[in-house]
Amino acid sequence: MNKLPLLFVGILLVFSTSWIGLVAYPYLKLGRLAPEASRDGLVPPPLTASAIGGERVYAANGCIYCHSQQVRPAWLSTDIEKGWGPRQTVARDYIRESPPFLGTMRTGPDLTNIDVRRPDRVWHYQHLYEPGTVTPGSIMPSFRFLFKVQPIKDRPSFEAVAVHGPHAPPRGYEVVPTQDARDLVAYLLSLKHNYPLPEAGDPPAADAGK
Amino acid sequence: MSDLLQSLNPGTPPDARSYVERAEIDASLRAPVLLFFGTGVAWLLLGSLLGVLAAFKMSFPHLLDSADWLTFGRVRPAHLNIMVYGWASAVGIGVGIWLMARLCRVAPRHRGLLIGAGIAWNLGVLAGTIGILAGQSRSIEWLEFPGWATPILFVAYALIGVWGVIMFRFRRPGHVYVSQWYLLAAFLWFPWLYATANTLLIWQPVQGSVVGAVNWWYGHNVLGLWFTPIGLASAYYMIPKVLGRPIHSYYLSILGFWSLALFYSWNGMHHLIGGPFPAWMISASVVASVMMFIPVITVAINHHATMRGHFHYLKWSPTLRFTVVGAMTYTIVSLQGSLMAIPSLNNLTHFTDYTIGHAHLGLYGFFTMTMFGAMYYIVPRLVGWEWPSAAMIRWHFWLAASGVALMVGSLTLGGFLQGLELNDPQVAFLTSLKTVAPFRFVRACSGILLSAAHLVFAVLFIRMLLRQGGPRAEATLLSPPEIPAV
Ligand code: HEC
Repeated sequence: MNKLPLLFVGILLVFSTSWIGLVAYPYLKLGRLAPEASRDGLVPPPLTASAIGGERVYAANGCIYCHSQQVRPAWLSTDIEKGWGPRQTVARDYIRESPPFLGTMRTGPDLTNIDVRRPDRVWHYQHLYEPGTVTPGSIMPSFRFLFKVQPIKDRPSFEAVAVHGPHAPPRGYEVVPTQDARDLVAYLLSLKHNYPLPEAGDPPAADAGK
Repeated sequence: MSDLLQSLNPGTPPDARSYVERAEIDASLRAPVLLFFGTGVAWLLLGSLLGVLAAFKMSFPHLLDSADWLTFGRVRPAHLNIMVYGWASAVGIGVGIWLMARLCRVAPRHRGLLIGAGIAWNLGVLAGTIGILAGQSRSIEWLEFPGWATPILFVAYALIGVWGVIMFRFRRPGHVYVSQWYLLAAFLWFPWLYATANTLLIWQPVQGSVVGAVNWWYGHNVLGLWFTPIGLASAYYMIPKVLGRPIHSYYLSILGFWSLALFYSWNGMHHLIGGPFPAWMISASVVASVMMFIPVITVAINHHATMRGHFHYLKWSPTLRFTVVGAMTYTIVSLQGSLMAIPSLNNLTHFTDYTIGHAHLGLYGFFTMTMFGAMYYIVPRLVGWEWPSAAMIRWHFWLAASGVALMVGSLTLGGFLQGLELNDPQVAFLTSLKTVAPFRFVRACSGILLSAAHLVFAVLFIRMLLRQGGPRAEATLLSPPEIPAV
């Protein structure tokens, strides 16, 4: 193999096949999907400004290293039986997300449909502040730094998060979410991919995967 | 004639002229290569510390959890990026440029280019790490450095790539050795990879799930088309060199090279089996992953046949011991990877610690071990001094080998059990946490062994630079060889 040009061209040509197949093709094919019109408006629905902020907080704090956001099809996995979602997720589910957090680990549960499972904002605040208080035995880290512990003025703030047990704030103090925490929870509550999409196939019986 | 022999087979004893030639090459590469090695070792220590911290956080979630920059979700990517760019890439570049110069047999030009690139590279890694810890990451795996840090790395990289191509262009005529193909290819592939990934993911982000495809095309190719060719180039050089015998088969090495290039580059999507992509993309990656048997077995046969009858050298030569352990791990980890891509098995290992074990077997058991082997060979030639302590080399080897074995073992077993439970709809999620907990603790402890290995190596490296331990006439061996009676 002393023919230099051949070596050069070969090296680049071989590599370009995968570039075309795994980069250029999806870019052209999946990079411009539009939302679908449905009975309840466009799906997936657009994110609020706060949820977009929350997406940034999610990225900055590396939730992706423990949480996936993808539901694999029933023929391949038990994801749907496990309750991660009523149907597999498809490319169109992710068009509002930048970047989408598909993830490669399930140290924690899949979050594709966390809003369906846990629609309660307060639960999320309590959980983020100290996961162990609402889920004993959790190894999810505390995100206390997304909250402020402040002295109670005349009366508790309306947003104050009730925290009990050993992690409760000292007497006379309250836990309130920062803007980052509000945004993050707004983002979590936007995670709801149970609307039907034509390319995702028929979702099984309506009550599956609640 | 001797030139041809030399390049066909780097193991033949050189004549007087090549001694002078090599001394010249080593002298002119001393500063840049030691710069990459030295900073690499420093990052290795820092990266180990962060890795151990992240691992213990899995067992003790309250460990150092009050500051945002020390949260698991930042420490973990900081660890990964430091290891990938600060350590593995830097030492890979060091080994790569040295091998390239040695095999091209000309004194390198433009040394300033390399030194500049080395400094810029490290500034880029530093900036990127600070960015991650400060919360600037976009959580795209292997590409967490923020967009204002990556251009620095890209420029640094481009300088090195250009240098490599110039070097190759002005090589002494003669045969081109297999290591040179691998290095040239790596020098050409990586900038393409890095530029594509940064453009589409960081600078001008694409929409939706395309990110996932590009992400893993990049992530897997960094392993397959950047680290693997450098590691193999080094093994292909070191094994014949230390043994003083030629590589077993030239044709096998050609087959191994081209099949690697073709199949590895298509592997990425096996990280996303079941993900939101057209089925053919994933099938293509699964097939390509299984086809990886070809390059892997080819290389394994070639290396094994070269080693045959000479395994006792592993008792003496640090270079050979690290390199051969690395090369054998390459075979194991690649075959394991091919199997993990088969959907029914992937289903079990996907999303579990098993994958983390696989990643460490590759980047540590194969690549890092091979690079240690290369450094044991190269550094004495640059410094003009022999390694000051055989005992420390032995400690380094056994700590590293047992550490990585324990780490991969615990992650593999724990991940396997975790996978069974995650797939079982009857088992509650929290049960899987309890099941893996003891394995995760063992894994964190294995990180201490590896950190100790790195500390020993760092001390040894510094003692080497200070030329401690008294001059030796012969290379430092792990144990004195028994000379067999002729
Ligand atoms: C070290 C791994 C880890 C990290 C990092 C992590 N989590 Fe978790 N998470 C878990 C585990 C384990 C659970 C399950 C136990 C529990 O509910 O706390 C969980 C549960 C959850 C749940 C409840 C899921 C359910 O089905 O009830 C939500 C919501 C959640 N995490 C959000 C987040 C967010 C947001 C972040 C980033 C700011 C994050 N997690 C970071 C490990 C992690």
